[in-house]
Amino acid sequence: MKLILNFWRKLTTPSKAAVGTILAMGFLGGIIFWGAFNMGMEATNTEEFCSACHAPIVKELKETIHYSNRSGVRAICSDCHVPHKWTDKIVRKVQASNEIVAFLMGTISTQEKFEARRKHLAVREWQRMKENDSQECRNCHNFEYMDFSEQGPRSKKQHSTALASGEKTCVDCHKGIAHKLPDMSDVPGW
Amino acid sequence: MKKIIGVLLTAGALLSASVIATEATHIENVNSGGVESMRGITELDDTRKADELKRVIKDRGPIDRDYVYQPPLVPHQTRGYEVSLNANKCLSCHSWKYAGEMGATKISVTHYQSREGQVLADVSPSRYFCLQCHVTQVDAKPLIENDFKRVDSLR
Repeated sequence: MKLILNFWRKLTTPSKAAVGTILAMGFLGGIIFWGAFNMGMEATNTEEFCSACHAPIVKELKETIHYSNRSGVRAICSDCHVPHKWTDKIVRKVQASNEIVAFLMGTISTQEKFEARRKHLAVREWQRMKENDSQECRNCHNFEYMDFSEQGPRSKKQHSTALASGEKTCVDCHKGIAHKLPDMSDVPGW
Repeated sequence: MKKIIGVLLTAGALLSASVIATEATHIENVNSGGVESMRGITELDDTRKADELKRVIKDRGPIDRDYVYQPPLVPHQTRGYEVSLNANKCLSCHSWKYAGEMGATKISVTHYQSREGQVLADVSPSRYFCLQCHVTQVDAKPLIENDFKRVDSLR
């Protein structure tokens, strides 16, 4: 009890140190905290970090155009699955704390467990993309700069109508472009 | 003198041994006998450098058929089109449900029948793997002149 009281007194009474020292300490602490925070954010955005749990899906990506293509531009997990805008990123990262529980419980720790949960995970991600108008696709694939004359007849038709009017968003048609698909029997368009 | 003879003998023995050895390896070589295949002259035990991959036709209209019951050819790319237990990408355009809307060729009625000819509600499992019969095309020149005539020539 005495200990707590003493600590409280320390907090409430003005310090004998110079204001400059206090400020400098606060400033330094801030830099260290902010740096560490951003480093943590970056570290949890790497492919290595993702594949610690989602290894099978990282393997699947390697066969697709988003990993291997003629020009060598590629996307990593976080390019599509973590928002780029800072505030949205923080929101997603906080939601992701739930995924630590899944990791500890070993929800997708084997290929079989992962296959059983594939539909659930895919549907949740499609829903997220639909709600933010496929923002993570659009970070690279900008509608404004699409040259319809370079597209195939079907792409041109769909992009200049349904996509242009906002009736549909990227993920409505482009499912399974970077991973294998779950059971599609009840998905519209399949 | 004896020494010189000895040296000459050993040298001769070594030389003949090496000749035999080279002949033996020569026999082991498999010779094509100068016969040239359409892929060029390659000794049978050599691995030839692979040809360059041909480019798949990106997208064009339907390709005419050459004989009755020929499975139509695929005139577009199919990279990344999943055909598995979970999904069939081909059917998302070519099934009866979507063909009209997508402007794609509708799959044949025979694909909705069992082997015994019984009509089914959906594509028969025996017809599910499209690329077994319908193949994507590359822009390749025939290796030799071909005098195959279309079925029309029989009319």
